[in-house]
Amino acid sequence: MTLRRDPSDIAGRSPTGERRRFVGALVALGAGALLPAAQLFAQGKPFITRPIPSSGEALPVVGLGSWITFNVGNDRVARDSCAEVMRGFFDAGGRMIDSSPMYGSSQDVIGYGLQKLGKPPRAFSADKVWISSGSGGRAQIEKSRERWGVARFDLVAVHNLLSWQQHLPTLFAMKAAGQIRYVGVTTSEGRRHQEIEEIMRRQPLDFVQVSYSAVERDVEARILPLARDRGIAVVINRPFREGTLIRSVKRQPLPPWASEADCANWAEFLLKFIVSHPAILCAIPATTSVAHVRENMGACLGRLPDEAMRRRMSAHIDQL
Amino acid sequence: MSEWWTYSLSDFLLFSRRTYYRLFELYNVDIWPLQSVALALGCVILALFWRPRAGQGRFIAAILALCWIWVAWAFHWRHFVTINWAATYVAYAFGCEALLLIVFGVVRDDLAFAPGSVRHRIGFALVIFAVFVEPLIAPLVGRGLLQAEVFGVAPDPTAVATLGILLAAGRHALWRMGIIPLMSCMLSGAVTWTLGSPDAPVILVAALVVLAVAATKTARKA
Repeated sequence: MTLRRDPSDIAGRSPTGERRRFVGALVALGAGALLPAAQLFAQGKPFITRPIPSSGEALPVVGLGSWITFNVGNDRVARDSCAEVMRGFFDAGGRMIDSSPMYGSSQDVIGYGLQKLGKPPRAFSADKVWISSGSGGRAQIEKSRERWGVARFDLVAVHNLLSWQQHLPTLFAMKAAGQIRYVGVTTSEGRRHQEIEEIMRRQPLDFVQVSYSAVERDVEARILPLARDRGIAVVINRPFREGTLIRSVKRQPLPPWASEADCANWAEFLLKFIVSHPAILCAIPATTSVAHVRENMGACLGRLPDEAMRRRMSAHIDQL
Repeated sequence: MSEWWTYSLSDFLLFSRRTYYRLFELYNVDIWPLQSVALALGCVILALFWRPRAGQGRFIAAILALCWIWVAWAFHWRHFVTINWAATYVAYAFGCEALLLIVFGVVRDDLAFAPGSVRHRIGFALVIFAVFVEPLIAPLVGRGLLQAEVFGVAPDPTAVATLGILLAAGRHALWRMGIIPLMSCMLSGAVTWTLGSPDAPVILVAALVVLAVAATKTARKA
């Protein structure tokens, strides 16, 4: 195996580029401006980022989700535990944290963690609008922003396409006014793909969020190629299928050939399968464990699998 | 909601099992020592229930209504809502049940019992179970006594005890005042089942026992 040297492929923007070689090292070099050198070459391995197509801003290929895991209410002990997960995430070079008003107390818990950690300047705040009333969108986003305790959100997406016809104009207006930086839409578990395709074709989106994993690959057929064509960043939710996928594969030993893609554990294996797809910006696994967040961030290090390796990985998971 | 058939209950659960039961722990610490008051009220209900006396139905209904209002406000409205925004609606439902108990149980005195009958015995057993056994389930399955669910302050034992009383009071009382407790049991059973709690079947079995006994009674009358 050799490292690919084509920088246009590293950014995932080459329409004809094929993933035949590992891409890790130069992905990191394309990333670089915002990341400390120590993170770019942690453990002697390059740190992998991808550019947001609409701006070129680089983000690490692994983010942090908050669905269920950060919804701990007013439990101070659990809030401190979540803050430690966030600390582990940022210490490993992480940037994007994702939440939604639908996720119970997750926004408050993220706000608590950010405050406790001294508001890390590199945090990339990704939230959603989730309200059926179009006129209520701005107020909900403002309430969410207060819960996070940030000056503005980097990304606001329409959650599960709820009232997207009303919310997208609001979000584009907020982006134009500098109140948010990026606009997106989300869905999960393969729902409403036809509708999301239509939105991707007609609206000037920066981001789209969908579900994708080694065992749930529907988006490969149409959504991911369309995102590449339209220059839309793709964020992947539920990469471990809420833990069921990783729990099931962990019963088996990691195949020895996984080391060819610098995968030291199953989390890295599953995440590298996802983020090695050229259309994907990052995956956002959620966890309550500092050890697990470190494992997840390990997928930002070293080489990524090429197309042949990706096929081998998915075939192996199918066998398991 | 389009593609509704693709959703399962787990898609609507916003919290983990650990967070859910930790909520009971924090709640119990927060309201201590009200659990002992609730336990005493449970004993009063059992005493009134077992030995007929004037006004027993009204008194039992008043105690139950007080418990439902407390659970609506203290548990659902103030605590559960911190991890589940839908708890607000459940709080309203529990408030409605308190209102039904006041209207039909206290004002109209619809709770009349027939001691010695099968449904009275089963109802009594359900109240015993709710007051004395349900709080022990948490420690028995390894969650610890702090996470105990106590009659009068936690939803499940309060709903089971209410169903026991209504079952003994007859099908009119059950259908008038039992729908919300039954739905509460089913919902709680479904949630804990989805969370993978080992004791999830308990609340479902309790609700099914009530339905089965009520259905048997109805079938015999038909």
